[in-house]
Amino acid sequence: MIFKNLNVNIMRGQVTAIMGPSGTGKTTLLRLITRQLLPDKGVILIDGQDISQLSTKELYQLRKRFGMLFQNGALLTDLNVFENVAFPLREHTDLPDRLIRHIVLTKLHAVGLRGAADMMPEELSGGMARRVALARAMVMDPEIIIYDEPFVGLDPISMGVIVRLVRRMNDALGISSIVVSHDVQEINTVADCSYLISDGHVAAFGRPDELHKAQSEIVRQFMHGMADGPVPFHFAAPDYTEQLLGRDGG
Amino acid sequence: MQQTRSVEIGTGLFIFLGLAAVFFLSTRATGLSSQLDANAYEVTGRFDNVGSLKERAPVSMSGVTIGRVTSVEFDPKRLDAIVRFKIDSKYSEIPDDSDASILTSGLLGSQYIGLQAGGSDTYLKQGSELQFTQSALVLEQMISKYLFSGGTKKSE
Amino acid sequence: MIRDLYYSLIGFLRTFGALQFFFLRLLAGSPSILVNRFSLVVQQIFNTGALSLVIIMVSGFFVGGVLGLQGYDSLVKFNAADSVGAVAALSLVKELGPVVTALLFAGRAGTALSSEIGLMKATDQLSAMEMMAINPINRVLVPRFLGGVISMPMLAAVFSMVGLLGAYVVSVVLLGVDFGAFWEQMQVNVEPGDIREGIIKSIVFGIIASLLAVWEGYHAVPTAEGVGRATTRSVVKTAIAVLIFDFMITAIFLNS
Repeated sequence: MIFKNLNVNIMRGQVTAIMGPSGTGKTTLLRLITRQLLPDKGVILIDGQDISQLSTKELYQLRKRFGMLFQNGALLTDLNVFENVAFPLREHTDLPDRLIRHIVLTKLHAVGLRGAADMMPEELSGGMARRVALARAMVMDPEIIIYDEPFVGLDPISMGVIVRLVRRMNDALGISSIVVSHDVQEINTVADCSYLISDGHVAAFGRPDELHKAQSEIVRQFMHGMADGPVPFHFAAPDYTEQLLGRDGG
Repeated sequence: MQQTRSVEIGTGLFIFLGLAAVFFLSTRATGLSSQLDANAYEVTGRFDNVGSLKERAPVSMSGVTIGRVTSVEFDPKRLDAIVRFKIDSKYSEIPDDSDASILTSGLLGSQYIGLQAGGSDTYLKQGSELQFTQSALVLEQMISKYLFSGGTKKSE
Repeated sequence: MIRDLYYSLIGFLRTFGALQFFFLRLLAGSPSILVNRFSLVVQQIFNTGALSLVIIMVSGFFVGGVLGLQGYDSLVKFNAADSVGAVAALSLVKELGPVVTALLFAGRAGTALSSEIGLMKATDQLSAMEMMAINPINRVLVPRFLGGVISMPMLAAVFSMVGLLGAYVVSVVLLGVDFGAFWEQMQVNVEPGDIREGIIKSIVFGIIASLLAVWEGYHAVPTAEGVGRATTRSVVKTAIAVLIFDFMITAIFLNS
């Protein structure tokens, strides 16, 4: 059992952040939202529709309304940047090559990588790969974009670029965004509403500045990055002196 | 696109090579290539013992293959073996009193039918039956015959 | 002890059953890929088949050469060195062609398939497709499976053909077996049924090798180590399965 009494609302047209310490099941939550996993109990509603009831066909229809950015981009390694972005179009539509080219170049331009169209994924830096993945996630004009840890392992410049892109895509295209992350600073600049999940339930939610002022200990520990607190520094272990004296386990 | 083109060419070559290999194996290696023409005529012969003669065994005359065995059957009425074989139509002037014997190529080789020309003026044609046949020499029989005759000689 | 045995037996049966379902799922996806997305299959035939040609041809040549040497050495004692062509052809077409090709295929193409699919899984590429509403089984696994199944008989035939060439070079050119006798003995003794047996074996082995390679890759633990292990497992399992099936098919053909 990973979650209990977890209730998260994602508002249309907003950037919603889902934060939490490592190992609290943020990725599991994403997989539930996108039905890569089925919940044992509870419902996930999108536009009022319970997604666990969908047939495979309906699910695939639903997923066309999603765009997802994986942690490391998850670009297809055997295709170049252009073909990666064109991939969903080629799979789902019969658009003529000229139109596909037009759309792909537009999306690549939006993430600033039109010039990298002919490069292969392994030639890209981490930040560039993520930007290409973002262009790919946008190419089918989704209604919801999900970002799984978009800021992990990026240098400050790339991080700034991604933050800006998240915000701009959301506002310019009127889509809803879900950002899963534990980078407090970046989330603060980008999110309209943040959920802090800890220990399987929502510990706090609200605007970033509200969370900063929150009194709850877990929220304070997380927002301010303190080593010890409700999430203990020490992993559960037998008593220290007992163990040193070799009395444990008889 | 350049890349897809070379992949397609490479795959095409590969498939072509594979099919050529299958073709090579099933024609060159099996002797299907020495297929008879459509006009080959069928001749039968009766043998007391065909040894290990099999379908598709060669029929040869003076050491040249002129046809193939098409079937080897046992006749339950006359209690002997009927061998049918086809002879290429270009060898159409084989005397009908020719003599057919079942021979072995080499010591351990496979068996084939050897034709020995007769002197008749009429030739073999579709449906002819050879009158003069000689059974296969079976090694065990030869040995026992030799031993037996050797034994009797001594006792005399 | 007995309990452990019981559980590992149940586990084995379960995996085996799951493998059958997986196989059916690949088959179910095959027709539409063959009709609508044949270019994907072409790409995979190139990767698994055309790129394996060199190793297949080199190995085939030397296996045939060894058959020529050993066959000559054994047969010459019975004064039947002429039969070396028949011996080499029968061994190659019925046994060594399909079996050795399948083992080389597992080592060259099977490992490449397993590790490629495993890496795609480990780097979320398969999940990403899933999220783009593209079924990764149909888009990624089926073309690779089909490419392997189509390539394998071709490779086996090429192996046998080049093997014959090797046997020919060794026995006729080097050891002085008569040119005519080599081919004559071969043609008299090799029957169409033998070729058919070889082709059927290579098709079955192609299915086994491709299925296991794809299966192991798809079920790899999505880490670098997991992918490595999956690759090893795919080779080991393929080798064992191929040898078992070889025995069974041979027995069936001998009885019919």
